[in-house]
Amino acid sequence: MAEVPAFTPVNLLTGFLGSGKTTLLKRMLAAPALADAAVLINEFGEVGLDHHLVERIDETMVLLPSGCLCCAVRSELAEAVRDLHSRRERGLVPTFRRVIVESTGLADPFPVLSTIKADPVLRHHFVPGTVITTVDAINAGAELDDYVESNRQVAVADHLVVTKVDLAGEDDVARLTQRLRGLNPDAVLSIADERLDVAQLVADNSATRAGTAMSQSGFFCEEPPGLPERSAGRHSAGISSFSITVDKPIDWTAFGVWLTMLLNRHGERVLRVKGILGIAGEARPVAIHSVQRLVHMPQHLENWPSEDRRSHVVFIVDGLDPELVKRSLHAFAVETEASS
Amino acid sequence: MCSLCGILGVNEHWADAVARPGVYTRNAGSIERRRERARRVQLANVVLAPFNMRLADWQGTSFVVSTFTGKSEIIEDLGHLWAAAERLSGRACDPLDPDLIGRMEAAADG
Repeated sequence: MAEVPAFTPVNLLTGFLGSGKTTLLKRMLAAPALADAAVLINEFGEVGLDHHLVERIDETMVLLPSGCLCCAVRSELAEAVRDLHSRRERGLVPTFRRVIVESTGLADPFPVLSTIKADPVLRHHFVPGTVITTVDAINAGAELDDYVESNRQVAVADHLVVTKVDLAGEDDVARLTQRLRGLNPDAVLSIADERLDVAQLVADNSATRAGTAMSQSGFFCEEPPGLPERSAGRHSAGISSFSITVDKPIDWTAFGVWLTMLLNRHGERVLRVKGILGIAGEARPVAIHSVQRLVHMPQHLENWPSEDRRSHVVFIVDGLDPELVKRSLHAFAVETEASS
Repeated sequence: MCSLCGILGVNEHWADAVARPGVYTRNAGSIERRRERARRVQLANVVLAPFNMRLADWQGTSFVVSTFTGKSEIIEDLGHLWAAAERLSGRACDPLDPDLIGRMEAAADG
């Protein structure tokens, strides 16, 4: 029997209605690297259909009951994953080393991640993996204008996959890409063509997020590539991203006090925090990563990824004033001459 | 123990991870951990003062947050602190409140 990982990553595949989630899932499951993934499919419709479309029916393919994952069937999700885990332990299903959850097109992605983290059984065996969001090159513009769910799905993604590019004009794709960069500057952005390496979409899970892989990519430490001017107010949902650079060392304890306070009051509006922090008294940087109120365990990086020793934190927020967040972070958590 | 669910030894809160190598778990670095708790209490009290509240360590395992009139609540970690503080004080503990930021800036300069 293949070895079971200590923590099985749970990847979330989301994206708006009709944006190509199932097509991408089908392609992912065909990849040899992902052959040992269990799949949970959640559909909003009365009659589950998606699991037929992926053409792989076995014991590790579970169709969650009808209803939206983010509100109605959260306990079913926990139950389904627990059941898979139990059956794997007893050798009743083929050993899977990963779980992929395909959510409904309307789901807010956050509750799925928090379910994995909060369930007393699951959190000892599973770990939230990457969030993959499909974005439809034809319809995404209108969806982003009209639906806050669509914006949230983009904002929390680790990987954005633009689909249906063969149907859209080059200008449309370029415009959409620009807009996605504004909403989520540091997600990996791919085009769903034949060159897309689907194994890469799940490879960067939170367990391996720290360390060399992340440092080499410069994921945390560079100015977000191609970040347009701050886009607050441009989107109907008010979602914007900005990055804060701090020259002085950050007080880790004070940072903990500050971020817990911020997330308690504004958690549902702080869609994403990602950063590399220079901690007072420490030579090595610490990477932090959170989705709404879910903060992953901070990771010690082996080395600074570049000569730049300043802290960089990227925020994706819904309607918060970037200047106020910046001022607050400095006031609460940055060492001053007087206090150091 | 979590006061809501009664589960012993609940999940480690992310802020409990002292930002130093080797002390990411409660099984190691006990002195550093206690020192870290003491500092956390001290820093949280700077923020809690304007709300007429204070935080104290409780047996090295939990914290007690209380108002100046004596209303108290035991909390497990920082994740529960602010929700409890808001409940006890009846006020929003908002780090983006310009008045509070002003106080913190003054405290840091002083």
